[in-house]
Amino acid sequence: MSPETMSVFSPRLAARFDALVEKYPVKRSALVPMLLYAQDEVGYLSDAVIAEVAARIGITELDVRSVATYYSMLRFKPAGRYNIQVCTNISCMLRGGYDIYDRFQEELGIAHKGVTQDGVFSLEEVECIGACCWAPAIQVNYDFHDGLTPEQVPAILADYRGKAETKGKTPNA
Amino acid sequence: MPKLVSHPDEVKIVTSRFGMGAANIDRYIELGGYASAKTCLQKGPEWIIDVMKASGLRGRGGAGFPTGMKWSFVPKQSAKPKYVLVNGDESEPGTCKDHLIFLHDPHAVIEGTIIAGLAIGAKTGFIYLRGEYRYLLEIMEKAVADAYAKGILGKNIFGSETEFQVITQSGAGAYEVGEESALMESLEGKRGVPRIKPPFPAVVGLYGGPTVINNAETIATVPHVIEMGGEAYAAVGSPRNGGTRLFGVSGHVERPGVYELPMGYNLKKIVYDVAGGVRGGRKLKAVVPGGSSTPVLLPDEIENLGMDFDQVGKAGSMLGSGGVVVIDDQTCMVEFALRTISFYQHESCGWCIPCREGTDWLKKTLTRFHAGFGEAKDIDNIQYLAENMMGRTFCPLGDAAAMPTIAFVKKFRQEFEDHLNGKPCPYARQGVPQLTVV
Repeated sequence: MSPETMSVFSPRLAARFDALVEKYPVKRSALVPMLLYAQDEVGYLSDAVIAEVAARIGITELDVRSVATYYSMLRFKPAGRYNIQVCTNISCMLRGGYDIYDRFQEELGIAHKGVTQDGVFSLEEVECIGACCWAPAIQVNYDFHDGLTPEQVPAILADYRGKAETKGKTPNA
Repeated sequence: MPKLVSHPDEVKIVTSRFGMGAANIDRYIELGGYASAKTCLQKGPEWIIDVMKASGLRGRGGAGFPTGMKWSFVPKQSAKPKYVLVNGDESEPGTCKDHLIFLHDPHAVIEGTIIAGLAIGAKTGFIYLRGEYRYLLEIMEKAVADAYAKGILGKNIFGSETEFQVITQSGAGAYEVGEESALMESLEGKRGVPRIKPPFPAVVGLYGGPTVINNAETIATVPHVIEMGGEAYAAVGSPRNGGTRLFGVSGHVERPGVYELPMGYNLKKIVYDVAGGVRGGRKLKAVVPGGSSTPVLLPDEIENLGMDFDQVGKAGSMLGSGGVVVIDDQTCMVEFALRTISFYQHESCGWCIPCREGTDWLKKTLTRFHAGFGEAKDIDNIQYLAENMMGRTFCPLGDAAAMPTIAFVKKFRQEFEDHLNGKPCPYARQGVPQLTVV
């Protein structure tokens, strides 16, 4: 394929992928990061994303799906513009991780893996995110917020809602 | 931004450059960085491995295998290229030490990788970070690019005839990928399921070539060991446990944080002195000494316990990843056990049946039990199930799920019995998922 003319990705990401497949001793090593970076731009692993990744690496779409379904960060339908991931694993649980998670559910009116109607937010209860000593912690897309109290939840949401309004709705713009 | 903490008993070796702007390559060099790699380039592989052996440095990922010995297992001659693989998939609940290393001292990881490469005769090193650590991956990528620009990495490192390349890699969410053979599978673009051993990675590893896989903390320690000398580093720790360890203290303590303490440091002092004691003046109920897969310890068991691989092992647990999770007397241990096993159920890759089915049934049984629908026989069943997972899987995830579960049942049996006969959880907090009878 000619990625310049047919790619589902932006020219910048397409160029990055051209380099990525050359980086390793075997092309296939690019698969996992490529899927994640593709998701960052497109919002999820659509059929078109999977088809292009398969073509770029030279494996079947089925093979791509087999790998993609293994990794918990990869998804096959759109999440919100800001995906809120609340850790409730032991260190966070001991310091109120479930209270944080409950507060997000109340404020957003959605549960695990839910997306708000305006598409701005989605919510996930996640396993340990490696912020145990600064618990309770969450990630909004890739940004960490730690040492939280439930009272801080509305302000965090207001902040991201503001960002969504100024930046528009393109994922990860 | 994760908060840095400090305590007078700390011996800052690996953390010595934290908070000093060492992510900047010029600053890193100004602080003495990359001098160890240059030394190693002159001295050669045998010298490096001798220093590492003398240092008593043991793998910081959790298994505690002596690093020098691991490197010495790699065959000198190999038809296939050799590789160094740095495991930064840090995912063990209670563990966030590598997070700080990538944030504050990314060049130490690169320098350690170069030294490991020189020791085994590899020309390529991979640094694999979990997908959630995107901002840390970006810091690592910048550090790698800066090292190339300075000629520290590339075809002729430090202007020599020696080549060394470093490639960074992102995961995409999987605890299991922290297991070394699953890590290699993931890096090869596959599902992160473990490989059967033998052959061990030192013989047949990444892309079929001999591979050394070290935890990020281990690798970041290497340049310091070279700088100090093996014996001097060993002298900081306890017998057969060289140096320091980054202990991440979390849970119900006044001052949670990552503290660098000598190996063998007393666990009770970590809880009460270093981390400021149990939060809110409450009483201590239990301590998980080394991440969620290590069996829980009771307050009297931590009394005289030195935190090194051998002493914690003798006490019936493991030093693991050094993630100390402190639990106060208001915590329901059945719920704690349930949350722990829920994690392993979620993360089991499904490859081996005892792990896939065992974690699932343990989660089901504990969920029902905690909701007040348990039966007396469930308590023994939980233990029986867990015991039958032990040693029956390709990788240690099955054991990692079973070991803590067995300890919870054995050490807190009374709390399990308190949940029987439809009694509500004595520690019930708001929002505990409760089953309803239909």
